[in-house]
Amino acid sequence: MKHFIPFIVAGDPSEEVTIDLAIALEQAGATILELGVPYSDPLADGPIIQRAASRALKQGMTLTTALELIGRMRKKGVKIPIIVFTYYNPVLQLGEERFFALAQQNGANGVLIPDLPFEESEHMRMLGDAYDIPYISLVAPTSHERIAMIASQAKSFLYCVSSLGVTGIRDSLPTQLHEFLQQVKRYSRVPVVVGFGISNAQQVEQLQHVCDGIVIGSAIVQKIEQLQDELINIDTRQRALTAFSQYVAALIEPLKKVENNESETTITTTKTVPTGQTD
Amino acid sequence: MLTLPNERGRFGMFGGKFVPETLMRPLADIERQLHEALADPSFHAEYMHHLYEYSGRPTALTFAKNLTERLGGAKMYFKREDLNHTGAHKINNAIGQALLAKRMGKRKIIAETGAGQHGVAAATVAARFGMECKVFMGEEDVKRQALNVFRMKLLGAQVIPVTSGNRTLKDATNEAIRYWVEHCDDHFYMIGSVVGPHPYPMMVREFQRIIGEEAREQMLKVEGKLPDVIIACVGGGSNAIGMFHPFLDDDVECIGVEAAGKGVHTTEHAATITKGTKGVIHGSLTYVLQDEHGQITEPYSISAGLDYPGVGPEHAYLATIGRVRYESVTDEEAINALQMTAEAEGIIPAIESAHALAKAFQIAPLRSSDEVILVCLSGRGDKDVQTVMNYLEGSEPR
Repeated sequence: MKHFIPFIVAGDPSEEVTIDLAIALEQAGATILELGVPYSDPLADGPIIQRAASRALKQGMTLTTALELIGRMRKKGVKIPIIVFTYYNPVLQLGEERFFALAQQNGANGVLIPDLPFEESEHMRMLGDAYDIPYISLVAPTSHERIAMIASQAKSFLYCVSSLGVTGIRDSLPTQLHEFLQQVKRYSRVPVVVGFGISNAQQVEQLQHVCDGIVIGSAIVQKIEQLQDELINIDTRQRALTAFSQYVAALIEPLKKVENNESETTITTTKTVPTGQTD
Repeated sequence: MLTLPNERGRFGMFGGKFVPETLMRPLADIERQLHEALADPSFHAEYMHHLYEYSGRPTALTFAKNLTERLGGAKMYFKREDLNHTGAHKINNAIGQALLAKRMGKRKIIAETGAGQHGVAAATVAARFGMECKVFMGEEDVKRQALNVFRMKLLGAQVIPVTSGNRTLKDATNEAIRYWVEHCDDHFYMIGSVVGPHPYPMMVREFQRIIGEEAREQMLKVEGKLPDVIIACVGGGSNAIGMFHPFLDDDVECIGVEAAGKGVHTTEHAATITKGTKGVIHGSLTYVLQDEHGQITEPYSISAGLDYPGVGPEHAYLATIGRVRYESVTDEEAINALQMTAEAEGIIPAIESAHALAKAFQIAPLRSSDEVILVCLSGRGDKDVQTVMNYLEGSEPR
């Protein structure tokens, strides 16, 4: 099966609900979870994820508490790999080594930093190797001759930004996207996933044949926003989680139809599959 | 010192390119074209032509005779960037970047603005060079600077109110960058200060160093020597870099003045080097006002042009190596200096520039009459009269 990689923001709308959402996503068929760390100035994000970040920041979420949340998800039985999506500045303040140590302690399986391009990320990639937490690389439609360089260092999977612009919901994806993905696949030794703008089952259907996995962020975060009051209220939470799961299941329905493995799409994150913390 | 940044866009450890992958190639394109342009005598000639013929350069060097007599001590000279077209040094950079955009075949300009000075400069050059211009401005600033918004519209620019974050300059810059990521194939992002990812801090410096180059020549002519002290205000720091840079290899004391707002001991200031810590903002590693978790905090200054939580990476570097000293001046001290300059010299400076003047007025009496202080009077204060009026009416009767 192709990878389905949902994105949610840690602490949106609350820490407890984020854990419940992670569980619901795993049950709905997510194969990897991308956990966003809220930031005051999210340059790569559109309005939906910006709003989610500011809700989470109001809850007092920090990079440290977001990493600890992964540990809590592990204790609650979340088994799928979890990739930390964070901007660079919070990592810089926490300390790069300390970041990786905490990520490892809490059972994270990768890190993705949207504002730390290849040329600036050498030290982080090295630390990622040392801590066995892969540093995920991105390529964009403007990367062109950079693709070979970036792909040569890619660990775990290579994240393709579908179109010019920030995260968000897009009605249509660029016509050159298939060509771009094929080009990236020629260079990549690791699975190629695509994200940014993908927001409905139709797009998932169209893209699944040309990539190894699909990241969906804003559409899922928007659903959480719509359900936030019911999710926060303990009496209505279960009902809201069911509605959320149904929404997600419909979104990725096309992925489940593909039973046969056309290509090897196994994503190697950590050497051992996380089984949760024992303490 | 004059050879920085290095090929990775670093001034010591500061600077760099902390941007989404999508922008790496557009930045490389700008860098390549900028180097070609700067090495091309015809580009330089065209740039100078517009500075002289359109913006009215060279700007005057004015001896502040009355203030020098009143305060005693060192002689004070003002480099009159307020006499530029549109009323501030911002036009120097806007002309340079517009010419580069034209050279790159881009006819659509994006700009961010706080108080509106850079927005007006961008809108002005866009009109002059027949370009489309979109100016991103925080919704709060749109309300506070209604007159400048209308100026930009008169000049044919589209002003886009930004509703994210706290709706001020920081958020306007975020939104301009987001828009650029989406439209980098046919838009040119005209940054207004020596901030942002490489090559912007270097590019804006190169288009502002005319300030220091002219002042140096003028000073040698009238005083027969270089100034002993140079003072300029620092928000992002473009007028200061432009003024300091041609003097960095000389034995000249340079002082950058940040906005202390209501005092650097309060939370309401914009003194980034004085009080900030190392961090990344708008694509550059520099000093930043932030909390312990790396969230950028909101700065404050009565001067919208200095009200920014970051600072140009070259300033961060010059502070670290001790070549430039960074100090700060409160709202109150700046307004007092503005009033003194208006009454004594018949010049109403911008509140930004009044920060530099306030520092000069503190230092001049302590120095001997043989010494010369050069102050960058970066802009005129017409835009600020309402703010000054509100401030004075709200404060103790004099």
